[in-house]
Amino acid sequence: MAKLPKKEELLQHKYDVPSDAWMDTPVDIKPGVFCYGAKGKNLEAVGFPNARDWSPSDEDWKLPENWKEIFLQGMADRLSKYRSFRLFMDVCVRCGACADKCHFYMGSGDPKNMPVLRAELLRSVYRRYFTKSGQMFGRLAGARDLTEDVLKELWYYFYQCTECRRCSVFCPYGIDQAEITIMGRELFNLLGLNIDWIAGPVANCYMKGNHVGLEPQTIMSNIEFMLDDIETITGKRIKPSFNRKGAEILFVAPSGDLFADPGIYTCMGYLMLFEQLGLDYTMSTYASEGGNFGFFTSNEMAKRLNAKIYAEARRLGVKWILGGECGHMWRVLNQYMDTWNGPADFLEEPVSPITGTKFTNAKSTKMVHITEFTADLIYHNKLKLDPSRNDHLVVTFHDSCNPSRGMGLLEEPRYIISKVCNNFHEMPEETIREKTLCCGSGSGLNAGENMELRLRGGFPRANAVKYVHDKYGVNVLANVCAVDRVAFPALMDYWVPGVQTMGVHELLGNALVMDGEIERTLNLRSEPLPGKGVESDV
Amino acid sequence: MKIWSSLLVVIILASFAWIGVDFLHLTTLFGIVVPYIAFLIFLLGFIYRVVNWGKSPVPFCIPTTCGQQQSLPWIKQNKIENPSTIWGVVGRMVLEIFLFRSLFRNTKTEKTGNSLAFGSAKWLWFGGLVFHWSMLVVVIRHLRFFLNPVPGFVQGLEMLDSFLQVGVPLLYITDILLVLALTYLFLRRVLIPQIKYISLAADYFPLLLLLGVAVTGILMRYFFKVDLLAVKELTMGLVTFTPTVSAEIGAIFYMHVILVSSLVAYFPWSKLMHAGGIFMSPTRNLANNSRMVRHVNPWNYQVETHSYTEYEDEFRDKMRKVGLPLEKE
Repeated sequence: MAKLPKKEELLQHKYDVPSDAWMDTPVDIKPGVFCYGAKGKNLEAVGFPNARDWSPSDEDWKLPENWKEIFLQGMADRLSKYRSFRLFMDVCVRCGACADKCHFYMGSGDPKNMPVLRAELLRSVYRRYFTKSGQMFGRLAGARDLTEDVLKELWYYFYQCTECRRCSVFCPYGIDQAEITIMGRELFNLLGLNIDWIAGPVANCYMKGNHVGLEPQTIMSNIEFMLDDIETITGKRIKPSFNRKGAEILFVAPSGDLFADPGIYTCMGYLMLFEQLGLDYTMSTYASEGGNFGFFTSNEMAKRLNAKIYAEARRLGVKWILGGECGHMWRVLNQYMDTWNGPADFLEEPVSPITGTKFTNAKSTKMVHITEFTADLIYHNKLKLDPSRNDHLVVTFHDSCNPSRGMGLLEEPRYIISKVCNNFHEMPEETIREKTLCCGSGSGLNAGENMELRLRGGFPRANAVKYVHDKYGVNVLANVCAVDRVAFPALMDYWVPGVQTMGVHELLGNALVMDGEIERTLNLRSEPLPGKGVESDV
Repeated sequence: MKIWSSLLVVIILASFAWIGVDFLHLTTLFGIVVPYIAFLIFLLGFIYRVVNWGKSPVPFCIPTTCGQQQSLPWIKQNKIENPSTIWGVVGRMVLEIFLFRSLFRNTKTEKTGNSLAFGSAKWLWFGGLVFHWSMLVVVIRHLRFFLNPVPGFVQGLEMLDSFLQVGVPLLYITDILLVLALTYLFLRRVLIPQIKYISLAADYFPLLLLLGVAVTGILMRYFFKVDLLAVKELTMGLVTFTPTVSAEIGAIFYMHVILVSSLVAYFPWSKLMHAGGIFMSPTRNLANNSRMVRHVNPWNYQVETHSYTEYEDEFRDKMRKVGLPLEKE
């Protein structure tokens, strides 16, 4: 990992622009910003073309001989398959409304991180090869040749976009840079120019069922570890089931929740909830990933990974599917899954076995978000909750980009938080809900080597957290996203020390009063609960 | 360079008409041929562009949601900003097209020391709205030259537009607003460094062309005062396909006409096509109902997957050891 700069150094930037035109400013690929190139073996594992080891910092990217042809042919192909792509190449008026809405621009001041300009990097190529005016007038029409330097520049900036869609909220035509980034990354993928932080998890997920590469026995031992902790905390031994045929519900979580701190605490919350409800559910080691790094690679790869969820639901004969807390996972499940791998006519319209509520909003896709499920339970008084166990926490909620701008899951998690915590404060209005600011690590950019980029990109979010931290003493950043749970601890330590990152179901697990449990003296992190039994000496 | 070349093109275009009419007396060319060709290019070009966009399908349901989804019955959905029905989408599009809803959200990010602040920034929204609405009113007012008798709503609109009752002929408010809004849009492009940095010739040119159209129109109405009867004779001739240029109309009229012709002929090949594109934007014109109703991708195809059988074959021993159920023992 590159050595981290000091805060003051990171915040030196202004929003000035260079005196030279952007086309005359060559790309400078900086360590700390770029992610390592994909290893050949990870691309080969899923049969991607032009697999090889390469490094973005090298002069020679070992491009295939006919790279230009591949790129332009790939572009033509996608222009004819996606109206969004063609339209977004054509209709931008460069009004600049999106310019200062990007967290990477706010955090870096690099004008090529303005969404409009990031898109222009590709539009200039589009104009040159796909429009008459670009062919005739060249640069005067904003067109430029596709050269190796241009390719490198495109690559560098398209891996500085987290596909968060914030720019799209403010664009008068709804131009979505995420959509353009997705297309650009498909093109890079044709040339073997993926990044390893995406290619590795994709290969893992394809072969082993999840991004982090947990084999079935490891999943079991990780869960066993959580069950031990739950027993210590609640006095109850839980027995979840795996790969069980005939269960009513298949539960799919992001694999981050099965893997590491603090995601595992969220997972413990899920398990405790299901145990308390006596839910007839099972988890799968084969479809052990709700997230989808294929989505950051190509539409086809995303579909290939996503296919496992319905395939497993069919094999196990469940009635419907419940999904855990994860951001891009829900963009994919909400907007893509049914189209790719549906119709899920072998499943039933989801109904909560506890409340009888029909989840009519999921009647086709048959997959329900766990906060929809849990909010419904609480609304119908099906859970006994003791929010005072979370009284030492002052909570704010971070809307993850995808559930807010690709779904609209805003009130469900807030409702749960309102019932399991007594101290809650919203961040400023311009930074939440559909205007939420990205963690800066989404879309597969949560690697270690690009930590400077992540800190910069996460700065606007952290700045809003700092505001409520200073004003109300907020010490917990709640969220419904596995990438948030991985990204925020480092981000908070750097920008707003003293703020912990917690999934909503971790907070729920703490407040949940389970039948026959012992008096809680520990929270799910096995830390003493202040004011409950044993006092902390730390 | 981008600004000056754009300005130069506008001046050259206007000079064509001036020289052509005043010195070469090519009134038929500039009064009839050019407008006809321009209008034809506009019509065919506009259709071509929209059809061309339409040919690319919308494979996925990708609305940008800007409010609460339809979920549990007791959670209040934002039916406009996150529509789940066609009516919600219509509402969203109406707000977007007539009131520029998304642009109304605009904020300005300011960095002071180590913190960010988001200030209000409604001027772009306001300037854009004033320009587009003024333009619409001006275009509708011009129907008086193409319809006989002049419809009541056109006359009504003219009355409203001139309610200040200033000057002879009466001053239209939208004439002033149009020029002011265009000037604002032009100046922000020149004066705000970030906007200047992203601007192309294709951004300056339409603004200057529109300003040229507005200025020649205003000069013609308020200062040079061309023969309106002769103008109407020409314009009515154009729409009834019996065009004649009878009387002398001043060169300023032909300058106005050639700039308008250039604008409409340029329209389909330029960013001005956002006027058609906004209707087709999949992030705005789709309902967020993809979990309720399956969205079909016309080019969806079979993909290679890693099946459970392959997975179990690879991990069978390990799975057996931890007691996981197996398909094949």
